[in-house]
Amino acid sequence: MTSRPTVKRAGGRGNARRLTPYFLIAPAIILELLIHILPMIVGVWMSFVGLTQAFIANWSTAPWKGLSSYKLALDFSSPIGNSFLHSFEVTCLYTVLVVGCAWFLGMSAALVLHRNFRGRGFFRTLFLVPYAMPIYTGIMTWSFMLQRDNGLVNHVLKSLGLTNGDSFWLIGSNAFWSMVIIAVWRSWPFAFLMLLAGLQNIPDDVYDAASVDGAGIWKQIRYITMPALRPVNLVMVLMLFLWTFNDFNTPFVLFGAQPPKSADIISVHIYGASFVNWDFGFGSAMSVLLLAFLLVVTGAYLLIFNRRSRRA
Amino acid sequence: MREPLSFKVFRVVILTVLTLFVLVPMWVLFTSSVKPLGDVQGKFEWWPSHVTFQPFKDIWSTVPLGKYFLNSVIVCSISMVLSVIVAIFAGYAVSRWTFRGRSVFTTTILSTQMFPGILFLLPLFLLFVNIDKALGFTLLYQTRVGLIVTYLTFSLPFAIWMLAGYFDGIPRELDEAARVDGASTLTTLLRVVLPAARPGVIAVAVYSFMTSWGEVLFASQMTSPKTQTLSIGLQSYSTQINVYWNQVMAASLVVSVPVVLAFLLLQRYLVAGLTAGAVK
Amino acid sequence: MKTRLIPALVVAAMVASTAACGGSSGSGSSDGGGGDSGSGTTLTYWASNQGSSIDVDKKVLGPELKKFEKQTGIKVDLQVIGWPDLLNKILAATSSGKGPDVLNIGNTWAPSLQATGAFLPFDSSALTAIGGKSKFVPASFATGGVKGKDPTSVPLYSLVYGLYYNKKMFAEAGLKPPTTWEELQTDARKLTDADKGTYGMAMEGGSYTESVHFSFIFGQQHGADPFDSSGKPNFTSPGMVAGVKQYVDLMSNKVVNPSSVQYKNGPEAPGDFAKGKAAMLMSQNNADNTLVADGMKTSEYGVVAIPAPTGKKDTASFVAGINMSVFKNTKHKDAALKFVKFMTSPAEQKILDVPFAALPVNAGATPNFTKNAAEAKTFQNILATKAVPLPLVANESQYETNVGNAVNQLIAQAATGKAPSESDIKAALQQAQDKMASAG
Repeated sequence: MTSRPTVKRAGGRGNARRLTPYFLIAPAIILELLIHILPMIVGVWMSFVGLTQAFIANWSTAPWKGLSSYKLALDFSSPIGNSFLHSFEVTCLYTVLVVGCAWFLGMSAALVLHRNFRGRGFFRTLFLVPYAMPIYTGIMTWSFMLQRDNGLVNHVLKSLGLTNGDSFWLIGSNAFWSMVIIAVWRSWPFAFLMLLAGLQNIPDDVYDAASVDGAGIWKQIRYITMPALRPVNLVMVLMLFLWTFNDFNTPFVLFGAQPPKSADIISVHIYGASFVNWDFGFGSAMSVLLLAFLLVVTGAYLLIFNRRSRRA
Repeated sequence: MREPLSFKVFRVVILTVLTLFVLVPMWVLFTSSVKPLGDVQGKFEWWPSHVTFQPFKDIWSTVPLGKYFLNSVIVCSISMVLSVIVAIFAGYAVSRWTFRGRSVFTTTILSTQMFPGILFLLPLFLLFVNIDKALGFTLLYQTRVGLIVTYLTFSLPFAIWMLAGYFDGIPRELDEAARVDGASTLTTLLRVVLPAARPGVIAVAVYSFMTSWGEVLFASQMTSPKTQTLSIGLQSYSTQINVYWNQVMAASLVVSVPVVLAFLLLQRYLVAGLTAGAVK
Repeated sequence: MKTRLIPALVVAAMVASTAACGGSSGSGSSDGGGGDSGSGTTLTYWASNQGSSIDVDKKVLGPELKKFEKQTGIKVDLQVIGWPDLLNKILAATSSGKGPDVLNIGNTWAPSLQATGAFLPFDSSALTAIGGKSKFVPASFATGGVKGKDPTSVPLYSLVYGLYYNKKMFAEAGLKPPTTWEELQTDARKLTDADKGTYGMAMEGGSYTESVHFSFIFGQQHGADPFDSSGKPNFTSPGMVAGVKQYVDLMSNKVVNPSSVQYKNGPEAPGDFAKGKAAMLMSQNNADNTLVADGMKTSEYGVVAIPAPTGKKDTASFVAGINMSVFKNTKHKDAALKFVKFMTSPAEQKILDVPFAALPVNAGATPNFTKNAAEAKTFQNILATKAVPLPLVANESQYETNVGNAVNQLIAQAATGKAPSESDIKAALQQAQDKMASAG
């Protein structure tokens, strides 16, 4: 953190000066309080009450249930707790795969396109399109391509002689892989964009010095580019992790409120408990557990990489 | 500098794979939107054997796409403008002052990025209802105002963070010079700092617009038939008596093109904004 | 914009915090039986999507609402809501206390929605206001809510399941429509030619509602109820398992196109049937709309009751349909009841049943949704003698989702080649039941 000498001014305006930053951040604080903080507190309260269909019309009278919703979610031997655990595992695997692949593709593309060659601008623009498209339009296109009888994917696999062209991509265990591919398609351009911006921040003279030393391009990437991108990577991977772990759009647009078991990732699982089974108390309890998990993971991540959030 | 063969091969492979990965769905999107219904329901074809622009006409009457479009445009542009304004103030404060509570503020704001939307969806919903009850008229519940306020906070954390970073890169001396000339804080910000931060502001605006344009979860619960936005409206094509895949694709194309074009036109600012702001 | 918004938000946030703690109940502004039922009133009406598109529905209902306005001076503000959104929107309206005055609901939701307490109970005076209980077909009227309580909905459109068969395909194969489930299975096998892409039966295999409906109907044939007399779920009885197996076996026996496990929107299975890709279709009578839209003529198909296995009960359908409810805190109760009366009147039923392919809800009325007299008679007969309501319990909607999804997964398993055994089915149903038990 840099130190910031405040501009000292003579006269009686010191007080006003001291208050200025608070005025400036006030709108942001009020909005965050209204939309995020207060609802979250209400959400935590909801997790302790039995807010079911019988009480949604008059939710303040819902009975206090204490920790029973939490016990239910964490009792992994019961079918409900078990399906919550299953959903958590699916989400972890999903997140690892999506973030990993998105990072790899984004990094490769950024490295390739950072260097000058003909047609660079074209590829750079093209690769941003999946990110620029509204999420749901991309997902709907994919779901059309993944249809069993008339979809492109089976058509291609059949003409390549890989399958009979009659695989199901949106049910059973394949549904999971379809979802992963779509999410990667959608998120790798973000990694690409961030990393490209990061690459432009590395001064050219660092490379020049290395190239004089005779280091090849791969060595440069390994010993200069990668370390220099570390801060970008840290932030980007964290953001991708949070977005993917909380991802709701991909499974919801692809499968609706009731995804196949293999693709039952956590936010849709909670949505189902809340808006399909009408048990908002239980849904909230699972959300709180999810939030607690994310807080712990994020905290640990930042601690391990010994880098607090840049401005904290 | 000379590139070894291995790097050239790597480049060709990566570019080919990614180009296919990106282009194939877009090709399908485009070609399916100009096929007659019978053809999209039949065996897959790379080239449309019959070309028709009828789907582009039909989409407007099968579902009230025009209304959804208008709702989306209104909600997303207003929330974008407000989000940028709020973020400019907050980002400027974070960048230029060391004040008590600053780190609490930034940490809290950033950690809201972590909240699962599903956790505060229903509470927010109940909150809006109660605010309206207290006010005695419908201000927030299933209205555009409610959606605008909600969406603007979604992009706010990232926007503040990016702009603060961008402001950091603008020499403090500029502010001080202006202030010596007797300019107020607001004037300094508007006349001196903001013009210098234009790429950052544009980047934030683009980011904010896209966030709300693609939002699904809150749009599904926080809108009425009158205020429904595209993200939910578009799904009604597949629930008609026939799954009009050609219309689904045509409508997807129609709602994608404006944002994609805007994004691509402004992308150099986005890269510049990210470079200066988020990526230090 | 901003300067005005921010103070408003400060106020709002403060208000919110007090409201959140105080827990305000009821909307307070309802004046129940107010005397404003006459001209000048505007009702908000949420209609479910019954025709082939929302647009079609608006065109159908528009003139009728005008007629109602002319008769009573009451204006009706119509919103047609698609099925995927409808329950959610109702739920939202329920928890916010801000809903339409009058709305359509799927009749199977009636007990669940009744449990929220947000809807006007049709007590004797309300029933009198809409023309009396006796004007309705008893089987349909029974779906209005749980037994022993005033119903919170009344029937608007009645639907039942029937077995559609392609006359030409049956004739070519020298077959007659089946009268027992065993016959149906043999016929289906004969009519299946996977190489040509034709199958004996069409199925909406990804739709949890269809799955739960057939599990229920077939369970009934085997004498099983999903809930015991005290309202506790009892999904794993031998009859329930047999019922599910009867449905899933269609897929296991490969008389259904495996692709249909992806069908979940409703029109796909009728589409297959209309295009001659399937010889039979088990569907509610409003499939007529889709079949015609897909180019099939009324004369090309016949309808019989869905048969039961030999020696089992001949339940052929449950009482499906759309009910009408009035939101409890409507400010225009009398006007709302007048509107319900209008919509359920024999004259309007006669008009609306045609475009929406519904059976009349009025006792003694003749179905007119099809020109095919035999078909009309078959469906009317099914409703009168072979249909039972789905369980009228408060957690009915959870039953639908949990059992429906369990059955969907079983069908998916069958489609990918591993026919589920009885113990697989029992395990899946057990899981669904456990979810119910703890969610209750």
